Amino acid sequence: MKVKPVNHARAAEEFIKDAPHLNFHDERLWDLRQKRDQQMHILPEWQELRSLASQIKEHTLANLPEYLEQFEANARKNGIHVHWAADAAEHNRIVGEILEKHGARSLIKSKSMVTEECSMRDYLEPRGVVVTETDLGERIQQLDGQMPSHIVVPAVHKLTPDVAKIFAKYYNTDPNDDDPNSLAWSQRLAARPVILTADAGMTGGNFIVAETGSFVVCTNEGNADLSATVPGLHIATLGIERLVPRMADLGVFVRLLSRSALGSPITQYTTHFHGPQKGSEMHVVLVDNGRSHRLGMEEFWTSLKCIRCGACMNTCPVYRRSGGLSYGAVYSGPIGAIIDPTFNERKYSTLPFASTMNGSCTNVCPVKINIHEQLYKWRRVLAEHHELPFVKREIMHMAGKLLGQPKLYRAAVNGTETALQTLPRFLLYNWMNPWSKNRELPHPVKQTFHSWYKENRLKAQKKGKTA
Amino acid sequence: MKIGLFVPCYIDAFFPKTGVATLELLEKFGQDVDYPMDQTCCGQPMANSGCNRDAAAAEALFVRNFAQYDAIVMPSGSCAHHVRDNFDAIPQTDEVRHVRRNTYELVEFLHDVLNVRDFPWAEFPHKVGLHNSCGTLRALRTASMSELGETPFSKPMDLLSRVKGISFATPKRPDECCGFGGTFCVTEEAVSARMGLDKVRDHHTAGAEYIVSADSSCMMHQQGCAERAGVPIRFIHIAEILNGTRE
Ligand code: SF4
Repeated sequence: MKVKPVNHARAAEEFIKDAPHLNFHDERLWDLRQKRDQQMHILPEWQELRSLASQIKEHTLANLPEYLEQFEANARKNGIHVHWAADAAEHNRIVGEILEKHGARSLIKSKSMVTEECSMRDYLEPRGVVVTETDLGERIQQLDGQMPSHIVVPAVHKLTPDVAKIFAKYYNTDPNDDDPNSLAWSQRLAARPVILTADAGMTGGNFIVAETGSFVVCTNEGNADLSATVPGLHIATLGIERLVPRMADLGVFVRLLSRSALGSPITQYTTHFHGPQKGSEMHVVLVDNGRSHRLGMEEFWTSLKCIRCGACMNTCPVYRRSGGLSYGAVYSGPIGAIIDPTFNERKYSTLPFASTMNGSCTNVCPVKINIHEQLYKWRRVLAEHHELPFVKREIMHMAGKLLGQPKLYRAAVNGTETALQTLPRFLLYNWMNPWSKNRELPHPVKQTFHSWYKENRLKAQKKGKTA
Repeated sequence: MKIGLFVPCYIDAFFPKTGVATLELLEKFGQDVDYPMDQTCCGQPMANSGCNRDAAAAEALFVRNFAQYDAIVMPSGSCAHHVRDNFDAIPQTDEVRHVRRNTYELVEFLHDVLNVRDFPWAEFPHKVGLHNSCGTLRALRTASMSELGETPFSKPMDLLSRVKGISFATPKRPDECCGFGGTFCVTEEAVSARMGLDKVRDHHTAGAEYIVSADSSCMMHQQGCAERAGVPIRFIHIAEILNGTRE
């Protein structure tokens, strides 16, 4: 069976119909973008930091195998068990085996996009492991059976009354009490006993340091620290691209991460994990899952520089108005649109088109990924692999032919009374219909520029010559 | 200097006044301007949709039409961006490279090449909001971009501020994209229209009577959104204001 491409346009249309959610989503994320700008203005060295971050990442990615081996050797010296997972299935199997060996039945975890990528919960739950997300937004999404809609603020598309309803269903709270504080309290009350009795804890990792064999987790809720330290078993799932060579490089990234993400100078908790606590075990699973394949893609490999700050999503006018779930993928927004097709070209073939390519994403990206240029390149690749809808492909083909032949083109423009009636018909065919759903069509004019010029300039020139 | 005037298909068909103003304005500065009659399109719509090969015929024609000129000027930032930065469906001969190197959007041509700042004939006693299209702003860099924290500059403002009687309204999100985006405006109709509506509302709330821009395609889209939603705001291309249109 052929996979159907994600219909971003339709999902976005649904999202837009709901004014309160749309307005909140747009304004909340725009607010983050503005806070990010303020932080940028405070640091005169901002552009220098971006260049440095980009260079460090490119250098690391160019030498990834060596640095990964260095990390592995140092991590083992620190007493960390290191595992390699080629793909999602292998990752899930490894995690499952570790849990089984320890007879662990309940797992508390902090937000990690890689485990989302691997659909780890879906794998563990049928095997009798109860997984509880400890990040507030992620927990809301878990209870609601949805993917995170944003890589930093997973439930940003929800309003507090939505959360109140979800909590009422699972925590027996008052469905009409949508005060953010009391909602946070209900989550705390529900989560604490689970955290205290959990058999195992899991975190992601924002940065991996080759030189020290350690990794760093940044959160604002402190939940990762609880997940990592309360149970006697800590499993960390890390995408291999998260590597930096030296401890000294970290400063660059830590300074950029939270400023880009939320417009705050630093995350509340920036925890370095160097090895297991006394009497407990620490496992690191290094996940590839398509990353080395992406590394080999000449035009797209720099997308691996991403530090998952979400700034490109916050600034993206399309993302802000369509909501993250409309992308139908674990990674949404501009960065999602350039990495999702590497997971499944057909399924995510529409995402590089869900952009105006305005370029704002590229400008905010702290590691200088040329996101909008990659979107442009992806369009070419997808069109060449015939992942475009038939009608669109045909129209472009026809338009391309017509626009190469001035005589035919003019005949088409001048064929009937006004340009308005003809131009859309031949250039965009039946395609102009969606235009008028929410917009008026441009007004007809008496004369094209072309015929004005002929009449007012060419004739005059000829007259001038004969005179 | 011999100038070839390119009037993009949208402008030819829907905004001929913009084409006329561009021509007259260049002539007012003593330029020798030709309009090659066989022109059609720069190839951008096809290339932007990923169908780069389908852009080849239009690009080849463009080069045939314009290779003989010292400068190619057009009242459209996104077309200038296409020619300059993405015009690669055809082999890159010397002619093609010449065309690409010498293609200018009107504002940057006036500002950077002709170095003009005075428009003694121009008067526009209205409050206007400037729409920096993404093609001019981020691709051609005719103004500073808020994301980069650059020292503020704006070529279109440098020119507009010399017009008698004009005043400006500043929207809250001065460099957010308006949602036109080429074929995006049709394939992602809902998002596109919503972005356009937000844009015109932002300008209207700031007190603009007119939205002025160097890109007709963005304005065609915004005008459609404003009219449908009943936002009372008018649209004018920067070439027309600089050429002395009073309305
Ligand atoms: S692509 Fe850049 S801006 Fe977007 S999430 Fe990654 S690092 Fe942040």
